[in-house]
Amino acid sequence: MGLLRYESQTRNPLVTGHKTYHQVTEDIVRPIEAKPSKLWKIGFTISLFLLSFGAYSVYRDVVYGIGQWNLNKTVGWGWDITNFVWWVGIGHAGTLISAILLLFRQGWRTGVNRAAEAMTIFAVMCAGQFPIFHMGRVWNAFFVLPYPNTRGPLWVNFNSPLLWDVFAISTYFTVSLLFWYCGLLPDLATVRDRAKEKWRKRMYGVLSFGWTGSTKHWQRHESLSLVLAGLSTPLVLSVHTIVSFDFATSVIPGWHTTIFPPYFVAGAIFSGFAMVQTLLLIVRKVLSLEDYITLEHIEVMNKVIVLTGSIVGIAYITELFISWYGQNPYEAAAFRNRWDITTPLAWSYYLMMSCNVLSPQIFWFRKMRRNITVTFFMSIIVNVGMWFERFVIIVTSIYRDYLPSSWSTYYRPTIWEVGFYMGTFGLFFTCFFLFSKFFPVIAIAEIKHILKKSGESYKEGVGGIETQAPEEFAHEQAHAH
Amino acid sequence: MSVKKFVVGCFDDEAVLFPAVKKVRKAGYKLHDIYTPFPMHGLDHAMGLRDTSLHTAGFIYAITGTTTALGGISWVFTKDWPLNIGGKPHFALPAWIPITFELTVLFSAVGMVLTFCYLCQLAPFLKKHHFHPRATDDQFVMVIECNEKTNEDEVKSFLAQAGAKEINVQNAETGWWLGRYDKDTMPFQVRKEKTAFE
Repeated sequence: MGLLRYESQTRNPLVTGHKTYHQVTEDIVRPIEAKPSKLWKIGFTISLFLLSFGAYSVYRDVVYGIGQWNLNKTVGWGWDITNFVWWVGIGHAGTLISAILLLFRQGWRTGVNRAAEAMTIFAVMCAGQFPIFHMGRVWNAFFVLPYPNTRGPLWVNFNSPLLWDVFAISTYFTVSLLFWYCGLLPDLATVRDRAKEKWRKRMYGVLSFGWTGSTKHWQRHESLSLVLAGLSTPLVLSVHTIVSFDFATSVIPGWHTTIFPPYFVAGAIFSGFAMVQTLLLIVRKVLSLEDYITLEHIEVMNKVIVLTGSIVGIAYITELFISWYGQNPYEAAAFRNRWDITTPLAWSYYLMMSCNVLSPQIFWFRKMRRNITVTFFMSIIVNVGMWFERFVIIVTSIYRDYLPSSWSTYYRPTIWEVGFYMGTFGLFFTCFFLFSKFFPVIAIAEIKHILKKSGESYKEGVGGIETQAPEEFAHEQAHAH
Repeated sequence: MSVKKFVVGCFDDEAVLFPAVKKVRKAGYKLHDIYTPFPMHGLDHAMGLRDTSLHTAGFIYAITGTTTALGGISWVFTKDWPLNIGGKPHFALPAWIPITFELTVLFSAVGMVLTFCYLCQLAPFLKKHHFHPRATDDQFVMVIECNEKTNEDEVKSFLAQAGAKEINVQNAETGWWLGRYDKDTMPFQVRKEKTAFE
């Protein structure tokens, strides 16, 4: 037990600056108690503007139908499903950080998990909009739920991957929300107990559910977090697996491949970490949380990006190889529509390749991993690349079907398709701005928990231990309490 | 629930807290609870609390989810409305794995969170007595329950010796009540319930 608490000096501290528990509270709660900054107001206004543009586009979708999109005879899934898969993928990094890294006992997750989980929830909210409005008659959306109805009862098709998706996405959203909120309870109580204004005390009093910090409650809370992490880990893998089944269980050349589940999951984590970087680089600067989201955190996440980016790269090359090796003329044709530069959408394939496979390779260099400007720039590049990955998979596989007479229809989106996508950015950032203003963006209790083994001043304190004999150290630890 | 009397000692260092817990238990005082700003591993064992069985509840909810999914889908597809999908078997178990898994996770997670809230008596709009406002910030607040025979001055000096920085005596109702956090008056004070010590 004692040995587990000891962390080697060769690892850099996860909390820099010589912090005490009270300072941790002060630093993280400060942005909540202060008036919103000018930058916050500008960002929030832009988000609201995007959101209202999106809302108008969606309003038109409902009134005029999705005929206002440029989906055509062969391209039945275009920007909408591309955006859906892209947003769901982004969500995955949050769960990876909060659940999988908790099981792997990665201390660095504590600095970034709260914001990453919030990102997951908002991203899944955005993702959900696309399949719902793609239905066309959105007022009948509840038909996807299995309930005893007056139409027979005619049930949904439980053998369909599209229905699996309904279950997967809604479960994912619910579980992520519960996990996130349970983690927030103690921190909301911290804000409540510091509050001076009446409205604040009242609001956080309601939000914190009357949390007191009792030892028994903490014990249950720990158990709950651990089991929820254990549940979320296979859940997050299942969600993108099921999203990939939407394609893989079909018979469309280019979609019908067994490589899709691991390939999609790796891609999801890849794009999700890029989005975490984009958000946290801004958050740490604007809320001055550089002591908690350190260069160390950024470097570790860049390592994940180069790893998952390379996995995605291997998947691309495997796919290409199999399209030749499999000797299926239709599959070969589907891939020819990607790599052959004379085909109309080949540009998107090469854009995807350069953004996702080539450019992240600069993260093999430590200097690049620790460079904030490079990281920020790369995080945007990766997200553009991952958007194009979904676009390539969806659109280039179907824009030329078995009937060459329908090939001439080049798919390009209308302003309302773009507007819907922009609207989800609005939704995402509106939620994120509100979150960063009203909720602690870093898990206060968890930072305090690791402070005494990973904080800077405590790291210095254990310097002598490295020279101690292990038996002696173990003996000391065993008698510490 | 009735109002009881408590001696409250605040510690600012967990290294002092752990030996203090041992001393308090050895001296035979009734340890009501310790409120900490973050989870302290080992404190529950030091206090003599038993392990939580929340995870067992989670397992039960999980298998409930599994059975609900499998039972529901097989009833729908084999009894209630058997659909012929490309001549494939009605009982198509492999195709039901995804939904079965999702419902297992969903039932387990929702059930566990509700159980957690029930056991810890957590809900919006509940008000509880907080022994120290900084128990959620940087203080480790040890609360010792008194009875008619307890000499509170003795407990106070005992806590001071054990390393507590700030010590006081509070009369409190330890349950919950509906109320607002911005009001200092508590329902039981308004109702003037009598205590055993006054």
